Amino acid sequence: MPDVHLSVNGAPREGRCEPRKLLVDFLREDLELTGTHVGCEHGICGACTVLVNGEAARACLMLAVQADGAEITTVEGLMRDGRLHPLQEAFREHHGLQCGFCTPGMLLTALDLLRVNPTPTEDEVREGISAVLCRCTGYHGIVKAVRAAAAALTPAR
Amino acid sequence: MKPAKFEYHAPSTLDEVIALLVRYGGDAKLLAGGQSLVPLLNFRLARPAALVDLNRIRSLAYIREQDGQVRLGAMTRQRTIEFSPVVARRLPLLREATRWVGHLPIRSRGTIGGSIAHADPSAEYPAVLTALEGEIVARGPKGERTLAPAALFETYLTTTLAADEVLTEVRLPAMPEGAGWAFEEFARRHGDFAIVGVAAALWRDGARVTARLATAGAAATPRRLRACEEILERDGLGDTAIAAAARRASELVDPDSDLHASADYRRHLVGVLTERALRRARERARA
Repeated sequence: MPDVHLSVNGAPREGRCEPRKLLVDFLREDLELTGTHVGCEHGICGACTVLVNGEAARACLMLAVQADGAEITTVEGLMRDGRLHPLQEAFREHHGLQCGFCTPGMLLTALDLLRVNPTPTEDEVREGISAVLCRCTGYHGIVKAVRAAAAALTPAR
Repeated sequence: MKPAKFEYHAPSTLDEVIALLVRYGGDAKLLAGGQSLVPLLNFRLARPAALVDLNRIRSLAYIREQDGQVRLGAMTRQRTIEFSPVVARRLPLLREATRWVGHLPIRSRGTIGGSIAHADPSAEYPAVLTALEGEIVARGPKGERTLAPAALFETYLTTTLAADEVLTEVRLPAMPEGAGWAFEEFARRHGDFAIVGVAAALWRDGARVTARLATAGAAATPRRLRACEEILERDGLGDTAIAAAARRASELVDPDSDLHASADYRRHLVGVLTERALRRARERARA
């Protein structure tokens, strides 16, 4: 079985797995980072979205062996010094989550969106987060949270 | 579900890729961005003996201008295309179509070569390749050949590429200065597969009009609407000519019915979207 060496949330990690192992399963089962969720396993629901070299991507559509040498960011990597990321704070403040199943994917997708477009309109936020399906909270609170996070993050740029 | 077992190869050169394809004699699949292939593996709808991963071949990812064309390496990510200044300047139609490909996290991984070689009839890039009279370069054990879209797309999810050939490059003629363009698409939800899409480009050279139109989702392969283009080139870009071209477009396509839409509805959409695309392209065109 091939070795996989990668960086996850800034720390070097390694593992050994069959080539057919999906990145999301490698993160959850081999690295015990269960914050990233497995949903549809065919790229539709977005629950498994992580950052690969800084860009949002579906961890169910990548093999773990393909992440050899990559830098991965998961939801576990968003907190700094014991404090929630401003985007996480905004989700809490604006009721951007209920059951939390889609939340890790929403957060990483929104983080990428705000990097590409730091001041999105409501329509742009809705288009951006349409990459992730939420089945309980409803999108209204999520949209408000992403826009609030955009406002909170912009002055720091 | 999870993929069935396969042997995995991630070569760093094209020669190794072709040698592997020859060795597996049709039982290997090329892995580009994986946004279509990996779902098929996960559902075990595809069970190849081997995967040949193209992601370690750095020389397959580039965008460059040459001989009036923009040449894109097959492994160029859709996201790179979306934000490329060269594409924005020379191929605004390709840029606009890219925004319709899945979602940003899909485009982070998805590639232009993968999308074209997968030959999904509802995909955007095959329609753009067809509208702009582009070509692809394929490399196999006997060397390279170039293929026009009509010679490449055979039917649903099927190209004329041989099992030991790799699509290496996509070549699109740079759009003329002042050209207008539009990509119109209808899908049930943003980011879903198109029910129908229409790619349009228009430009004027003095009194002479050139029009380019192609569809996605309206036949088993992308369909060039040459008879519509001729109406516009003969009668100009007035509302009447555009309406006539849109009516003709509905007659030219050959859609199937499926779960998502009936053939009649798709035919109707081709007319509606052709008219919208032409009007928007006309607004953008400069004399």
